[in-house]
Parts: sequence; C-alpha cells; structure tokens
Amino acid sequence: MGKSPHLIRLDRASGRREIVANHWLRVAEASDDAVPPHTLLPLSEWLARRDELLERTDVGVWFKPDDEPESLGDDARRLSVIAVDFPAFTDGRGFSIGRLLRERYGYAGELRAVGDVFKDTMLYLRRCGFDAFEVRIDKDVEDAAKGLDDFDEFYQNGVDQPLPLFRRRSA
Amino acid sequence: MYIYDDYDQKIVDQRVVQFRDQTRRFLAGDLTEDEFRPLRLQNGLYIQRHAPMLRVAIPYGHLRSDQLRVLAGIARKYDRDYAHFTTRQNIQYNWPRLEDVPDILAELATVQMHAVQTSGNCVRNTTSDQFAGVAHDELIDPRPWCELIRQWSTFHPEFAHLPRKFKIAVSGSVEDRAATWVHDIGVHVVSNEAGETGFKVIVGGGLGRTPMVGAVIRDFLPKEHLLSYFDAILRVYNRYGRRDNKYKARIKILVKAMTPAAFAAKVEAEWAHLRDGPMTLTQAEIERVAAHFTAPSYQVLAGDDAGFLRLQADNPAFARWVKRNVFKHKRPGYAAVTLSLKPTGVPPGDASSAQLDSVADLADRYSFGEVRVSHEQNLILADVRQSDLAAVWEEARALGFATPNIGLLTDIICCPGGDFCSLANAKSIPIAEAIQRRFDDLDYLFDLGEIDINISGCMNACGHHHVGHIGILGVDKSGSEWYQVSLGGRQGHGASLGKVIGPSFAQDDMADVIGQIIEVFAANREGDERFLDVVDRLGIDPFKARIYQKERAHG
Repeated sequence: MGKSPHLIRLDRASGRREIVANHWLRVAEASDDAVPPHTLLPLSEWLARRDELLERTDVGVWFKPDDEPESLGDDARRLSVIAVDFPAFTDGRGFSIGRLLRERYGYAGELRAVGDVFKDTMLYLRRCGFDAFEVRIDKDVEDAAKGLDDFDEFYQNGVDQPLPLFRRRSA
Repeated sequence: MYIYDDYDQKIVDQRVVQFRDQTRRFLAGDLTEDEFRPLRLQNGLYIQRHAPMLRVAIPYGHLRSDQLRVLAGIARKYDRDYAHFTTRQNIQYNWPRLEDVPDILAELATVQMHAVQTSGNCVRNTTSDQFAGVAHDELIDPRPWCELIRQWSTFHPEFAHLPRKFKIAVSGSVEDRAATWVHDIGVHVVSNEAGETGFKVIVGGGLGRTPMVGAVIRDFLPKEHLLSYFDAILRVYNRYGRRDNKYKARIKILVKAMTPAAFAAKVEAEWAHLRDGPMTLTQAEIERVAAHFTAPSYQVLAGDDAGFLRLQADNPAFARWVKRNVFKHKRPGYAAVTLSLKPTGVPPGDASSAQLDSVADLADRYSFGEVRVSHEQNLILADVRQSDLAAVWEEARALGFATPNIGLLTDIICCPGGDFCSLANAKSIPIAEAIQRRFDDLDYLFDLGEIDINISGCMNACGHHHVGHIGILGVDKSGSEWYQVSLGGRQGHGASLGKVIGPSFAQDDMADVIGQIIEVFAANREGDERFLDVVDRLGIDPFKARIYQKERAHG
C-alpha cells in the first residue's frame, strides 16, 4: 500500500478526466494514536473508532471486497473519500459496493478504485459509480484512461447513466 | 426475429474495436496471459487443445439465413470448413487463429452477431425453447423476454466478473424444452388468474461437478419487474457467492448453503430497494421488443394438408421421419422440422460450410428465412407448410439431415470431448459413434422409443450427462480414459439426475454396455413402455446385475 502517482480523476458531470497526484495514504491498520490527515482507514477500523472520527472530513475509508456497505450505511454521506480494493480485477464484488454506496447510501464524495485497476475495467468501474482510478503502477495511465471511452451506449442503468437505454430509446 | 437498431449495432461494433485493441495489446505483450484470459473468455475465445476455439452466440437459438451464410463463410475462410453447434445454442469454431478473431468478430457484426459473454464468469447467452413462438403447447412466447434479458445482461457493469459463469433459460410452454430446472436461473413465462403475464423464477439448478435441480424462489413475478428482480438475484450472488473455490462458486452452492427460502428472502430484501426503479420495464419497451417476434406471413390454411397425410400413409420412411423429426405447430397446416445433425459417423452437432449454406437455402425456400438451434444440437425449420414437407424431406435426405432419430437413442447429445477440448478427461465423440454404429437398425431404434443418451468428456457436463436417460461421463483414472454410466436422468418438468450404476468401463466396452442396458429394457418392457418408465419402475439393480455379471469394469 502507500501512495501511487497514478490517479485518474473523472469529473462525473462533464466527463473530463485528469491525472493528479494522490494525497491520501491508505493504511492496513492504524496505530492507537491520532489518525493523521488524509488517511484511508480500513472499514473495520473506521467502524471501531467511528465516534472519534465521525466529524473528521480528512479521514477516509477503504473497503475490502467482502466488507459490507450496509455497516457504514448513511454515514457514507459524511465522508469525502472512499476507496474500494480490487485485489484481482476478476473479483467483481467491489462493483456492487460502489453501486450500493452511491445509489443506496447517498455517497457523493470521491469513490476510488484501487488494486488491480487497468484499462479493461475502467468503464465498468465508472458505471458502478467510481470517479477516481488508481491505475496499477506498471500500466500506462494515459492508455488506461482511454478505456473509459470503449462504449458510448449501455443497455442497463448505472450510476453514470441512471436511465436504461429502453427509457432513453423510446424518448 | 429481433433486428438491431442503431444502438444495438453500435454496441457490437464498439465491442469489435475494443476486442481488437485487447488482442493487439496481448500480442504486443502489454497484457499478460492472466490478464487477457478473462477478457478473451468474455468474448468466447478459448485456447484449446489444438488451437483457439471461438464460441459465437446464437441468442435463444434464433438465426436468419443471411447470418447462417456468414457463419458458413467464416468456417470456410478462417477455419477448417466446418463448425460445431453446442448444447447451449452457440456455434463453435475449433481452429481459428487468434490473430484473425477480431476480423471474424467484424464479419459477425455485419449480420448482427457477436461472441459477447459466450464464456467467462458472467451472464452467458440466454437459451430457450427451440420451438418458441410456434409450439402447439405454448402458453406465452418467451422470445421477447429472452431478448430483454440479452440486452440487460450485455456488458452489465456490476456483473461483469461474477464468482462463476451464469446461465439463464426461459420457457413459455407446457413442456419445458429449455432445461430450465438445471440452469442458474430458470424462468417460466406464465399468466396468473387475472390473465397478467409474469414469471415463475427457479434458481440454483445446474450440472457440473455438483449437479442440482433448482428451487422455485418466486411463483409469480409481474412482468415489468423481470430485470430489477434479476439485478437483485445477481447482486446477492455477486456479493455472497463463494470465490475461494471455483468448484463451489456457482449460485447453486450458495442457494443450497443458505437454503432456498433464506436465499429467496435475501433476494426479496434486496429487490425491495430496486423494485419500481429505473429498470422496471415499460409497456412501450415490452411492445417494441415483442413487435420483432410477431408471426411471419403465414397462409391461412384450414387444417392438415391432404397430400401430406396421404404420403404419410403411403410411405413408411416418410411417416417415420414425420413421427420423429416433425413437431406439431400452433398454426393449422404448418409444422416445425428438426434437421438431424446426428447421422452416424459425424460428431454430434458438427456441420460443414456447405451444409450450413444448404440449410440457409432451405430456410429461405420453406421457412421464412429463419433457422433455430436446439440445445440437443440439431437445427430446426420452424415454419414449414405441411404441403412442403415431402420436398423438405427429400432435400434434407440428400443433404444428410433427415436421419429420423430425433429423441431416439442415436440422437446423442455429446460435447467435443478430448478430441478438441483441453478440459476433457476423455474422448466423447468416438463413444457416440460406437453407440450409433451398434444401433444402426432404424426399425429397432424406432421400436425402442424415446431414449436420451448424453455424453460428457468431463465433470463440467457440457454434454448434460446428468439429465440423460442414459448418461455417460468420461473420467480419468491414472492417465487412462474410462466411462461412468448413469440411468434415469431427465430434463424438463420433473427434472432429475441420473443414478450412477457402478464402476466405470473402458472405451471399447461402451457400445456393449449400452447394448446390455437396452437388452434389460427390452426384456422388461411392458407394451410400448418408455425406457425412462422402465428404469423408474425397476430401479437400477437389474441393469447393474446384467452389466456387471462378469468382471469387466475398472473399479
């Protein structure tokens, strides 16, 4: 873990994307001391110290694939950065986590995909509500961003396009 | 038939571009084999025993003649002049070059075809009744619902990387000809007492290593909720299905572990958040899609054709073909014809390029230019006038498609097995051929009546051996090929899994073993009793006693 120089950030309204420096440090576990600013804590740690951290806007949370968005619930609205780890791109549990955070728990901050992230999953991630992508360090980040443009149209609804094609097609 | 509009066409066209780029990056070393594998599998591309294998989707088994001609052209240009129809209403090419696959996809896209999600851990090609829309026992045409499911499942972002593959089958008839009880989701299109269309939803069936018959989790789901309810099922599976062991990753394992009632409750709880949301189908969309599946321009015919009836009475060979290969149509004066891809000596489901073109010609002349593919690996002309049946029979005979064996012992379901498939433990095609050669007497075959023999070359059960009346499974024992036999399996309503009769057999013994099973059946049969009924009545013991009376099995 630690910092990655490759973070693609997407403006969900305009579709504009930029490659930015990453200011957040994702930690596997926190010490008992005060949590430094711009720390991404594992969900379990955040839940354990919720009362202490709830007002902090400079502390974020990261999800493992089997973490439950339900346990964070509407507290998601208070956070400014949430990351979801994809230990392998073939583990699609994080897609459901993204949608639940956005569509059920009203999360409006930065939703960041970390782990095995590269060109070929970017678009699925965007459609599940992710707007920041920590591309694997051995992959070309400019090339990865192009993965967001593989398709212009989608049949189903998604976070990025809440109306399925059949509701737009007939319009 | 569903015809693409600009949106559908753009999606398959962009898929071609995307896959061309993925292939290029793999060949350039920018994607590793581990990275490329899941990506190519979601495009139906395997690396097989001899060469890549490309599986092309035939959504719910429907093809137009122009599509069939393009499939023939691809076999001619990029493969060895033939293709293989599978048990999942797909067609496979066994010898394409990896470098050519993007071009093949581009050719497919010109006739509204693709290879999207024909493999990989995603929602696969939706399958259905090969007689959908024409069957005499149909309650509601399942095809619009299949197409709506096809669109919903295509590049579904949340379910692109599920724990395992996911198969959906839809039936709308009294008889279940889509094996809905042994799919991850089986759907029966039904109407309730108020006459409203809806669905009975079955979850957790499947074959493979741990075969199971599915459980009904909802008796009636109103039609507009189909896709949001599927979202709920898939979300529960995506989140809670096992990912630690690929043999325990199918939804059937989750449903069994939770119990069907608890699974259903979890789905309902999830669906409570999704129902009435944007994926709720609109009447306009249902009508738009359904309008593609209206009846072709049938002639108004009073009833059975006199010439057809006369020829049946006069010509026993024709009558036999009609009895086995002609299916009763809902329209007076019409019939559905199954072209048998199971002549002796040809791998079940294989067809040459020339044959594919010929079937396209037959479809144009006799069946409104449409062809169906059945999960039993045969082709169907669904809308033939009875008055044309004699001509169709003659032409099909000349082409080698008129073997009157549909539903009989030689109409064997058979996976490609160890001759082609790198997963297989044993060959399956030579077993099918040996059995076909043993039972080469048509009169005898006819007398034996309905017997399904299903052969799989490995536990993955592509040959659906568990639901064969006689199932044959290739097993590997210390590096050599053996075959396990089961009896009493069946698909359809009342689907059940066959019982293994005992130790497995060597390849050379298989035709004899089947011969002995048939002898026991013939000796115990009462009147025209069906094989399956005799097995149900006697159990497997008399069969075991006969087969294992002398030591032959491997142990």
